[in-house]
Amino acid sequence: MNRREFIKLSSLLAAGTVTPPALLSGCSSQRLPGSGQVVTTPTVCDICFWKCAGTVYAEDGEPWKVVGNEADPHSTGRLCTRGTGGIGAYEDRDRLRQPLLRVSDNGKQTFKPVSWDEALDFVAGKMREIADTHGNDRMALLAHGSGGTHFERLLKAYGSHAYAHPSFAQCRGPREVAFALTYGEGVGSPDRTDMEHAGCVVLIGSHIGENLHNGQVQTLVEAINQDATLITVDPRFSVAASKSQHWLPIKPGTDIALLLAWMNVLINEGLYDKDYVDRYTVGLEQLTQHVQPFNPEWAYLETGLDPKLIRDTAYAMATSAPATLVHPGRHVTWYGDDTQRERAIAILNALLGSWGRKGGFYIQEKVDLPGYPVSEPAKPNTDWKTIVQPEFPLAPTGVSQKILEACTEPGSHFKGLFVYGTNLPYTIPDIRATLDAAAANLDLFVVIDTMPAEITGYADVVLPECTYLERYDDLRNSPERVPSLALRMPAFEPRHETKPASWIAKQLAGRLELDEFFPWGDYSEVIDWQLRQVGSSLGEMQKIGVKRFPRRTSMYFADGEDIRFRTPSGKIELYSQTLSSHGYDPLPKYIAPEKRPQNYYRLNYGRGPAHTFGRTTNNPLLFELMPENAVWINPLVASQWKLQNGDYVQLKNQDGVVSNKVRVRVTERTGPNAVFIVHGFGHTAKGLRLASGVGADDAGLMTNVKVDPIMGGTGMRSNFVTFVKT
Amino acid sequence: MAHYAMVIDTKTCIGCGDCVVACKTENNVPAGLNRDWVVEATRGTYPNLTTEFRSERCNHCSHATCVYTCPTGASHYWRDSNIVLVDAGKCTGCKACIAACPYDARLIMHPDGYIDKCTFCHHRVEKGLDPACVSTCPTRCMHFGVLDDPNTRVSSLLQSRNYKVLLPETGNRPNVYYLL
Repeated sequence: MNRREFIKLSSLLAAGTVTPPALLSGCSSQRLPGSGQVVTTPTVCDICFWKCAGTVYAEDGEPWKVVGNEADPHSTGRLCTRGTGGIGAYEDRDRLRQPLLRVSDNGKQTFKPVSWDEALDFVAGKMREIADTHGNDRMALLAHGSGGTHFERLLKAYGSHAYAHPSFAQCRGPREVAFALTYGEGVGSPDRTDMEHAGCVVLIGSHIGENLHNGQVQTLVEAINQDATLITVDPRFSVAASKSQHWLPIKPGTDIALLLAWMNVLINEGLYDKDYVDRYTVGLEQLTQHVQPFNPEWAYLETGLDPKLIRDTAYAMATSAPATLVHPGRHVTWYGDDTQRERAIAILNALLGSWGRKGGFYIQEKVDLPGYPVSEPAKPNTDWKTIVQPEFPLAPTGVSQKILEACTEPGSHFKGLFVYGTNLPYTIPDIRATLDAAAANLDLFVVIDTMPAEITGYADVVLPECTYLERYDDLRNSPERVPSLALRMPAFEPRHETKPASWIAKQLAGRLELDEFFPWGDYSEVIDWQLRQVGSSLGEMQKIGVKRFPRRTSMYFADGEDIRFRTPSGKIELYSQTLSSHGYDPLPKYIAPEKRPQNYYRLNYGRGPAHTFGRTTNNPLLFELMPENAVWINPLVASQWKLQNGDYVQLKNQDGVVSNKVRVRVTERTGPNAVFIVHGFGHTAKGLRLASGVGADDAGLMTNVKVDPIMGGTGMRSNFVTFVKT
Repeated sequence: MAHYAMVIDTKTCIGCGDCVVACKTENNVPAGLNRDWVVEATRGTYPNLTTEFRSERCNHCSHATCVYTCPTGASHYWRDSNIVLVDAGKCTGCKACIAACPYDARLIMHPDGYIDKCTFCHHRVEKGLDPACVSTCPTRCMHFGVLDDPNTRVSSLLQSRNYKVLLPETGNRPNVYYLL
């Protein structure tokens, strides 16, 4: 951040708002923070999806701050930048205030503020019509965030199981599928990475530190403090790269070549964990044969990495194994062969013997928490996935863009859609035309959100949710090192006319005569009942926020333990018969990435620590920390284009799409073949008064989407941009 | 006299800015102003690079030129320590301290009409707590304590690690240390 700018801003503010006598005479001495009446309330953060537990402080009835809860295994008492800025979500002056209904006014469509009754009656009425006319399996839900579960429950009761989270096909899906194919289970979230015990950590394009998932950052730092060998593979000099012993500035899109070369070295030099591989895996013979051509000298031609560096890093991995973690990353939908790249990562970890071992991947546990007793809705007669996404039988869950594609035509499967807490036009690449068509075609399009994000513009009805600081949600019961429960409860009364998702879903259920599936008054009753089944209560949790429970099993495999993996063979599948029988490569193959056109640069993108994509760019506290993104340009490229630090340019992609203007940051931290921008900026929604029109939107530039044929992931890194001077 | 110091490990600072947001909320710092900030310093040419992140603020100097320059006595040492505070009631906003501070650590201008700055969260320190930035830092790269006692964490870090301070040549004897 640029402090000089803040000073300039504040001088202007002072000139405009402070009267001269106050400036001349000064004022009485300052009141110290915390000297008033302080009230604390437990919470679970919802600014990102790591779900850290914390404590909300109010002083004299005014919101003050949020800090971490020390008993919480996700945060160990420290919230990240965004969580610390959580009060900004509550205070944002641009929040949605009351339900909105699309109406025609003199031929022009606008939103009319309406009462909750009017909005809910409208939604329930349309849902009835859809069920009567088309069937009760024709509603779908796209959701991201804690409150989504309330609408999943509503749709299930109504008769549809069709829901998807963009965190699958736009983010973590490839690794979940790849690890499930290899080990019989996915990595999960929080990731089961045991970095704090690792002797060697390998990050492949994973920019932990800029990507601020709290537990990941803390355990990586723990590894650094214990002098673990950190190896970072990234074309950009990321923060993680700056902390690494070995930075491998790889040519973008060639990671599989590197992974194959590492396997080649480990196998051919006998450095893999023979006992582990013999005991637990199948397919070593095929793998050995498969990797023979891919030695480090071959990989050099693809990756641009010195063969000696490839060998040395392979030796470093083998030296610390099994306490070597080749991190699977989180946002991994890059080039469309992402499941295969993640398979390569999974296989490499198996050669190192790190799955189920200390310093590799630990075994997670959560609390055995019974669900509230409620009637089980009848199963739908149709299987929506075979209708909507038949080409992805290996996707265990919904593929978000396929749901939207099944909303666009009169004959499409879905007639109604709920979108909860996800700003789809900025989340799914190249989806805006599909959203337009869906909005024009659907009988019902409902958006539930806290902010007037772009997605609200597609809706028939907008339902304003209160923020996480004003509501109860499901208890947090995430798998971790230590099983624990954490409570989110209202620290403040909901502002304006906003309501919790739990209330909205129950109100709709009541109007649809589905009360039997929501047999409680307030949702806090559900939480209290659940807590009482495990020896706690809402009363206790309101005091402590987080409760830890003893582990029932070991965190790691015992030496020589007999393990049956949940794969078809019961073993770790280096060679995947499942992939082969579905017509995919059973072992990962390297495909060279698309070449960049002359005078174009690969569009690399990622996270900045101040923001959770576009969700937080209008949060006043976080906006101040990072008000706009900048395009990182290597000095050689900048001089060729005569661009200076601080200039504004527009980015034009290979298909002629031009971005909003974005500030230039000339830096050596990106190479001459690629530019980098932080994702989440370039909002166009006028209601986001801070974020609108500020910075460039990377998602809009992603018109070359490489769909992963195995699970439907939307590969986003085959786009190239050039500069348009403003 | 208590000699307070902040020791920040550049090896594990990731430049995330959590310290900045924590300070803002803890101290209700007005919009547009910040008492602390993060600096990124990258050296070298791609791909031979180093990057250092530093969380910066008032250095609470043992020889604080701002205190000696202030014509009204508003800038002062807190309770026989090196923590430098501004008494808003005495501050006329003359900005002499801003000219005197080698670290550019003073804020122009609190809307209530005085020069604001980092207090090392003395309201927390007197309760035995760390400053808000230190207690929030997710990488635990920030440490706070007294140097009078050789057994404190800050003392032992300075004994065992290489470190630097910013602009030692000014003679201000700053008390924010950066471990290398």
